[in-house]
Amino acid sequence: MDDLQVSCAIRVTDLVVGFGRQVVLNELSLDVRRGEILGLVGASGGGKSVLMRTIIGLIPRRSGTIEVMGVPLGGAAERATQEAAARWGILFQQGALFSSLTVKQNVQFPLRENLQMSPALMDEIAIAKLEMVGLRAEDGDKFPAELSGGMTKRAALARALALDPAIVFLDEPTSGLDPISAGDFDALIKTLQRTLGLTVFMVTHDLASLNTVCDRVAALADGKIVAIGPMRDLLQSEHPWVRAYFHGKRSQMLQPKAS
Amino acid sequence: MRAHPGLTADATDEVLELRPSGSWVSLNVTELESLANSAIAKVGASKSVKLDLGAISEIDTVGAWLLERLSRRAAAGGRPVQMTGVAANYLGLVEEVRLVNRHEVEPAPKKNPVLARLTDLGRSSLGAAQDVVVFLEMLAALSFALLRTLRRPRSLRVTSLVYQMYRIGWQAIPIVMLITFLIGAIIAQQGIFHFRRFGAESYVVDMVGILVLRELGVLIVAIMVAGRSGSAYTAEIGSMKMREEIDALVTMGLDPVEVLILPRIVALILTLPILAFIGSMAALYGGGLVAQLYGGMGPAIFIARLHEAISVTHFEVGMLKAPFMALVIGIVACSEGLRVKGSAESLGQQTTTSVVKSIFLVIVLDGLFAVFFASIGM
Repeated sequence: MDDLQVSCAIRVTDLVVGFGRQVVLNELSLDVRRGEILGLVGASGGGKSVLMRTIIGLIPRRSGTIEVMGVPLGGAAERATQEAAARWGILFQQGALFSSLTVKQNVQFPLRENLQMSPALMDEIAIAKLEMVGLRAEDGDKFPAELSGGMTKRAALARALALDPAIVFLDEPTSGLDPISAGDFDALIKTLQRTLGLTVFMVTHDLASLNTVCDRVAALADGKIVAIGPMRDLLQSEHPWVRAYFHGKRSQMLQPKAS
Repeated sequence: MRAHPGLTADATDEVLELRPSGSWVSLNVTELESLANSAIAKVGASKSVKLDLGAISEIDTVGAWLLERLSRRAAAGGRPVQMTGVAANYLGLVEEVRLVNRHEVEPAPKKNPVLARLTDLGRSSLGAAQDVVVFLEMLAALSFALLRTLRRPRSLRVTSLVYQMYRIGWQAIPIVMLITFLIGAIIAQQGIFHFRRFGAESYVVDMVGILVLRELGVLIVAIMVAGRSGSAYTAEIGSMKMREEIDALVTMGLDPVEVLILPRIVALILTLPILAFIGSMAALYGGGLVAQLYGGMGPAIFIARLHEAISVTHFEVGMLKAPFMALVIGIVACSEGLRVKGSAESLGQQTTTSVVKSIFLVIVLDGLFAVFFASIGM
């Protein structure tokens, strides 16, 4: 099971997820290729976060299969799920940093729980991660409550990257950031994706980040993926919801100038 | 399967050639660290170092950092380090790691232990003084809010008041009755057991009656309310503070003390005496039941003895204390709630402080009342 031979980082097939009588995801299928940045768009409350949380195992599914790096998740293979968990890092929307630990301890937490190494090395690696996401070593001794919004996102990203995951899930990474910080954060994701060879699964509403960093964009509507492909393909999609999303007033800046 | 990590070191003509191989990833970190450390020990004997990464099958930040640290150690001793054979797909990572940890973090200045101990002592005594100030501030804010409400009775939040009374009063009745019933029964049983030796069983009624009505009924109920409702107040107000709901109220020109705290404390002051009364009755019932089952004293005799033993004064002493205890519990709970800061930990800490402090103050208050009532002859 060599990782290099798997071309799909995540393969979701015929996924059905619902709560009570309401079906949120209806036979949804989606492939995320290795090493790409996939942006997922959809209406608010349309199931984007549900899809992400189902893939990472926080929400049970009714049927369908999910494969991560060629390993099917859930069911009897509890250990396989555990191993897969070390292969992904998750950036939650509000950061979800542990408020009782310092930033450095937050980054060290997955290292401490999963690996055995000397405290000195753990410190160095934590600081290395913090510097890679653009924080200073001094910020490591701060508590999450003392960080600004952009710094919280960066610290949370450093924690998500602590175990050098192959896949990173980002839930609205640029929401709540000013355009400059959001742009910096996009650039950071792109840089890290290149240097670390990450596969990035990004739920976002930020049209600018969809346009600049995402290799492919998937549109979720009516519980299915209705369109997937590079941004320019989606702009030409005929699906009514996708048209409304990308051709609304707020998305004028994305339109090709020549046409 | 992953390739086992390795590190071969060849020393020729004072050139140390290091060849790491296999998986240099975080899963193997324990092995990698000892490999890297043993290589660092060998660096000392050489004049220059060659690092050939050609045999590495995969590498991540941890592996790259260990090699970078190795080459930095060598370079620090004045030995030129040459790194070759980096696979194209890992080049970015290796370059990136070369930039990190360059900057020395200033260690926090060491503190004099004696001085630190003294500082802590000073801080905590100041904190205790501050607690008194916070308590008085809340009392003052509450009095002002009450005065304002008395001037404009329509501004009293009746819905909130009734809801709080329902929550902390009505819903607490079963547990209060159960516990005070048990306490009354236990006192009676112990009394009968020990008084029997002197043939003084009938005095158990005096003991149960006076103890329950004067002291225990109200004290037990106050402690239970502090644990049950005081903690809820602190947690509610604390999480409202965390989620900026209190700030939202202030910006709308409303006084949080008037809107949130006054109804809660008034509800507490109105319901605690009722709960204390119900609790005392349950305790007397428990005592009476044990007196019949264990001591063989019929209900008629028990009630007749109770008539002789206790006067209305005992009952008054107990009931008079209840509203003051409620006020203390309410003020402590609400002011601790307002002191919650951003983190979940602080919410827990403040809730604990609130319960501990209000139970402590309730018992201190009970002691003060005992002295007071004794000196005025009640």
